[in-house]
Amino acid sequence: MLRTQEYILNFGPQHPATHGVFQVILTLDGERIVKAEPVCGYLHRGIEKLAEARTYTQVIPYTDRMDYLAAMLQNWGYVQAVEKLMGIEVPERAEYLRIISGELSRLTSHVLATGVYALDVGGFTGFLLCFREREKMMDLLEELTGSRMTTSYARIGGVADDVTEGWLDKLDKLMDEMPGYIEEYNGLITGNEIFQARTKFIGKLTPETSINYSLSGPVLRASGVNYDLRKAKPYGIYDRFDFEVPLGTNGDCFDRFYCRVLEMEQSVRIIKQAIEQIKEVDGPIIAKVPKVLKPPKGEVYQEIESSKGIIGYYIVSDGTNKPYRMHVRRPSFINLGYLDEMLRGYLVADVVAILGSIDIVLGEVDC
Amino acid sequence: MLENLFVGTTDWLRSLLGGIGFLPTEIAESIVLVVKLVAVLVFILVNALWLVYMERKVAAFMQARIGPNRVGPWGLLQTTADIGKLISKEIIIPKKADKVVFLLAPVLIFMPPLMVFAVLPIGKNMAALDLNIGVFYLLAIASLSTLFFFMGGWASNNKYSLLGAMRTVAQMVSYELPLVLSLLGVIMIVGSLNLSDIIAAQEHTWLIFTQPIAFLIFFIAAVAETNRCPFDLVEGESEIINGPYTEYGGMGFAMFFLAEYANIMVVCAMATIMFLGGWHAPFGLTFIPSWVWFFIKMYVLIFIVMQFRWTYPRIRVDQLMGFGWKVLVPLSLANIFVTGIGMYIYRAIGW
Repeated sequence: MLRTQEYILNFGPQHPATHGVFQVILTLDGERIVKAEPVCGYLHRGIEKLAEARTYTQVIPYTDRMDYLAAMLQNWGYVQAVEKLMGIEVPERAEYLRIISGELSRLTSHVLATGVYALDVGGFTGFLLCFREREKMMDLLEELTGSRMTTSYARIGGVADDVTEGWLDKLDKLMDEMPGYIEEYNGLITGNEIFQARTKFIGKLTPETSINYSLSGPVLRASGVNYDLRKAKPYGIYDRFDFEVPLGTNGDCFDRFYCRVLEMEQSVRIIKQAIEQIKEVDGPIIAKVPKVLKPPKGEVYQEIESSKGIIGYYIVSDGTNKPYRMHVRRPSFINLGYLDEMLRGYLVADVVAILGSIDIVLGEVDC
Repeated sequence: MLENLFVGTTDWLRSLLGGIGFLPTEIAESIVLVVKLVAVLVFILVNALWLVYMERKVAAFMQARIGPNRVGPWGLLQTTADIGKLISKEIIIPKKADKVVFLLAPVLIFMPPLMVFAVLPIGKNMAALDLNIGVFYLLAIASLSTLFFFMGGWASNNKYSLLGAMRTVAQMVSYELPLVLSLLGVIMIVGSLNLSDIIAAQEHTWLIFTQPIAFLIFFIAAVAETNRCPFDLVEGESEIINGPYTEYGGMGFAMFFLAEYANIMVVCAMATIMFLGGWHAPFGLTFIPSWVWFFIKMYVLIFIVMQFRWTYPRIRVDQLMGFGWKVLVPLSLANIFVTGIGMYIYRAIGW
């Protein structure tokens, strides 16, 4: 008697489309997915545990290694949590520098996500064109922070260094060119008929499930839920800037992709305004903080909008110079929670499209 | 002079062999034939190497890069160096692979393009073999390479390879049909299966002008047949690693890789012969030799195929089937119908 048989395909951990070491155990019926079981932890380094043996300042470089594509945003979230715990007032110029470097980090992360998504669905040129612009931003970040990816730029109470001579002008020039580059991506990737056929109505997320699964970032906003921490609960000095929160309508792969493209435009807008405003702000770039940081006993939770979603730091202090416990709410990890149901019924090629549209970073998933 | 470079060489060789005296004509003729076929072999291999280089350069310029530029002048020897490296690598056979089939697939993969090129007229009087059922032979042989892809995918005993192999077969079945049907219009107009006759019929008007839709269908189906982007699901490196040749390393991989370019050459040469007037010179520019014209046309088509690859994303497997069966097949059938009516009317008017 003839019958078909389901079989198991190990998608990863060594697979080009998993963006690192991530495994999905797929149960397939032909090319159709019956069940998908995500397995993570291949890049687990125990950052939360390591933090318990480090002083508060020493934890900052560890936060770089989580979402290494937008390291500044990770630094920022951590230092804000500690500042909240200790009640430190951050100087205005430092806030501006954080906004500029943070939004620049978000841009590099989104540019990479756009390019890699093009590669995931098979377009190689989009990938390399996006890298061209990312390289320029990386150079700027290197000039500002001394490092391309692991910036460690934020300090408890401020930032590490002030901008160098002429750096703001260079950034301003790049930001003037950015809309043209984004137009180029739209022409090559977004507008492509095959790209739209591959991504539209694939991996749909309703607003209800997005909220129930606690998804955040562009993944949440693509479903049409207007929740961006920069607008909803403005931290730092985000209330001083004029920008919009781009929303999707269908919650499919295309919307998630396009949300990022639109967010890039908004980031450019924020940086442009910040460059204008920082020129009038002078003063220290770091607050007066004691050499040995000993926060009072207690606990604190602080979250900011990272490029992948909401990153939250929960820190418990026992009054010594080392955190008693640190826990990080990593958006990449939580956004993966709905993956199994999202993949069911789709084809093998869609696994790549859906996984790519969530835009995970394995350093953050496994922490 | 240049026009008859190759034909003249053959004649010279033939008269040289005839001048020896004691050789029977049959043996002399078969020696000439072997020389011709070896020339085809060398031509294809050198071209495949050149095409790899060309693709890398085209890709580089489209992606704002420079491309290979270290080995030899302008990096021209890069692919030679790559092949040299691949040859020196160990051939690794997976433990549970079907060893005979696994090793046979990369050896046989080069056979179809070589066999096809034996009958292609690449210049005036320049077909190594002039078959009177050329088109039929061409189509029969060109679809053979699917079998070798499947052999490689099956024998590797790897699920990704098997997925790729199944995709090859599905793709071949759905795109062979529009490929053949689109050529039917050409054959109806010319009334012959002989490639030289088809070229001779295009002396005044290229068939692309009388059969534009057939050309489009043929070109799309040909790109799909050679597993090129946007129809490169067989390899689909971001989905199924490398499809049928995931498990191959060293020269096995190189053979599959070079065969891809040989296949592109075959389909582009076929399109040139069927639709672009073969070796006929346009605008009466006959001072350029016919075989140069043939290569110019072929390379323009190859260049377009390369641009496809570096522009488009990959299509999904169900969309591929849908496009083949719901768009290309009905369109090619309609094309045959319209061609038939057109021919009937033309004859009735008496053109």
